[in-house]
Amino acid sequence: MRPGTIHTRSLRKSYQGMRAVCGISLNVEAGEMFGFLGPNGAGKSTTISMLCTLLRPSGGRALVAGIDVRDDPKEVRRRIGLVFQEPTVDTDLTVREYLAFHATLYGLGKHDARRRVAEAADLVGLTGLGDSLVRTLSDSMRRLLEIARGLLHEPGVLFLDEPTVGLNPQARAEIWEHLRELRHRRAITVFLTTHYLEEAEYCDHIAMVDRGRVVADDSPAALKRLIGTDRIHLRTGDDQAAAATLSDYLGLASAWGPDGLYVQVTDAATAIPWVCTVLRVPVHSIEVRRPSLDEVFLRYTGRTLDGAARSGVSP
Amino acid sequence: MTVSACLTTSSRLLHRLLWEARAAHVVWRRELLHSVRNPARLLIALAQPVVYLLVLGTGFAAMLPIHGGYLTYLFPGVLMMAVQTPAIAIGASIAVDREAGFLRETLVAPVHRVSLLAGRCAGGSTVATFQGVLVLGLAGPAHIPYAPKLMIELVAEMALLAFAMTAFVTLLAVVIAPAPTFHAILGFTLTPMTFLSGALFPMGGLPGWLTALMVANPLTYVVDLLRRTIAPYLVPQEPTAGHSPILMELTVTAAVGLLSLLLAALRLARPR
Ligand SMILES: Nc1ncnc2c1ncn2[C@@H]1O[C@H](COP(=O)(O)OP(=O)(O)O)[C@@H](O)[C@H]1O
Ligand SMILES: [Mg+2]
Repeated sequence: MRPGTIHTRSLRKSYQGMRAVCGISLNVEAGEMFGFLGPNGAGKSTTISMLCTLLRPSGGRALVAGIDVRDDPKEVRRRIGLVFQEPTVDTDLTVREYLAFHATLYGLGKHDARRRVAEAADLVGLTGLGDSLVRTLSDSMRRLLEIARGLLHEPGVLFLDEPTVGLNPQARAEIWEHLRELRHRRAITVFLTTHYLEEAEYCDHIAMVDRGRVVADDSPAALKRLIGTDRIHLRTGDDQAAAATLSDYLGLASAWGPDGLYVQVTDAATAIPWVCTVLRVPVHSIEVRRPSLDEVFLRYTGRTLDGAARSGVSP
Repeated sequence: MTVSACLTTSSRLLHRLLWEARAAHVVWRRELLHSVRNPARLLIALAQPVVYLLVLGTGFAAMLPIHGGYLTYLFPGVLMMAVQTPAIAIGASIAVDREAGFLRETLVAPVHRVSLLAGRCAGGSTVATFQGVLVLGLAGPAHIPYAPKLMIELVAEMALLAFAMTAFVTLLAVVIAPAPTFHAILGFTLTPMTFLSGALFPMGGLPGWLTALMVANPLTYVVDLLRRTIAPYLVPQEPTAGHSPILMELTVTAAVGLLSLLLAALRLARPR
């Protein structure tokens, strides 16, 4: 396998003998939106800290932008942007002061700094708020400001540790809108962690992590394909006749219960038109059930993502 | 070829140094902005020495018959407190900042830790010196003349003390890792140290173990330095000691400050 922008091999970290990350191997290609999905305490922040040279790995190797994090941490830092899980913005400064402060730390001259500050603020939709005190911004705006800070020096890789944690659904949607916009406008690799399943769906590539180990690693669609097929739930005027028709014309096996018919298909989107065409009985409703990432996580770890009991999940 | 290589190397070095200097400068500026935007913090820090001067100065004056008057005696200690409070507050805030604040962000930036800490200590010293200057305005009521040379000397000394204190507290904050532990330790050592420094009353005739604590207390030397600086300007000239350790005390103070700064930067540079 060709090493991607982020490449780790058996990366490990122990805290005083307690193993937080136990051998993680990842390969993230340039330009990917990569999601590192796992419950609290899985080792996501620890992994990010090692990739960003803030923590020394206990073992294994990690290359970021082609550079070994142990050999040349300074060069790695120059090429990455990082937003921590915990908010770190400076509430006593204005938006512009905050960004200009960081631009200087990255060695930008006055002129470049002014341009980049304006660009970064624009990229996350904070234009016009330059003179507002950070204290007066909403939680999601502060997060966006931190993301803008991570983009000031035009890094090739942006690390976001739980960018939406603790935000309300509307604020989360807003952050995601800007992340998608960012990917439109800049060629950048995004490495983000999350424990929200729906956010993992927005990624090109995800790795599920549990107790310091990667349990699944692929695109969300491929992971769900692994778990099985789509199911179509049909309610018709005559379920028995419908089942016979589907079996005769389309070769589809179906199971029927008190609430209707369940048909297993590989791809519901292409199957539904056929099903509707062949059925000669009235169809009251069609519902598609896709395999979810939660089911994938459950399959590999025996637990759902929020650690809920197995029985709490739909079959 | 070697000449041009030499030139590129030195120009690169110069660029690097400029970068580091500008980084230190913005960190310093940020510290000032924080102080300006939180005037309440400044006022509280200012209130403490003034209250000491008013309450102790008028209350104890009768109880402690000191040559030259108690207010005059108290003044160097009050100056020390004026500098100490903001210096310690800013030095100590690094403990919190490192875990949750701006320091975490700046640690990922490609600048040297020494620049970050130097800017921060410079910021702490500027704020602390400013407070010291305000309190110095009360020299008159304490029967200390506003002699220009004395004022300049005192301001310079306070700036140096503020720097050393900020740097030293920063070092402690960086070494004593969890912030709550550090603040607890600071809380129970600071008051006894102030009392045992000779700032509030003369330390003669103490039991041996207290004298030992006083000798080991760095604040003793801070108060002593300020007191010796003021002494020659007082009207009933105070008897000064034969030798003059002022220069030595200044050197030690500067060395403590610089060493603390470097050690703290080293400690921060080490990834955990
Ligand atoms: N500084 C630390 N010292 C000791 N243990 C830690 C430290 N940081 C994290 N851990 C432990 O390591 C494990 C992984 O933590 P973390 O990487 O923060 O997980 P996540 O970000 O996925 O929630 C957890 O069990 C946590 O308690
Ligand atoms: Mg985390």
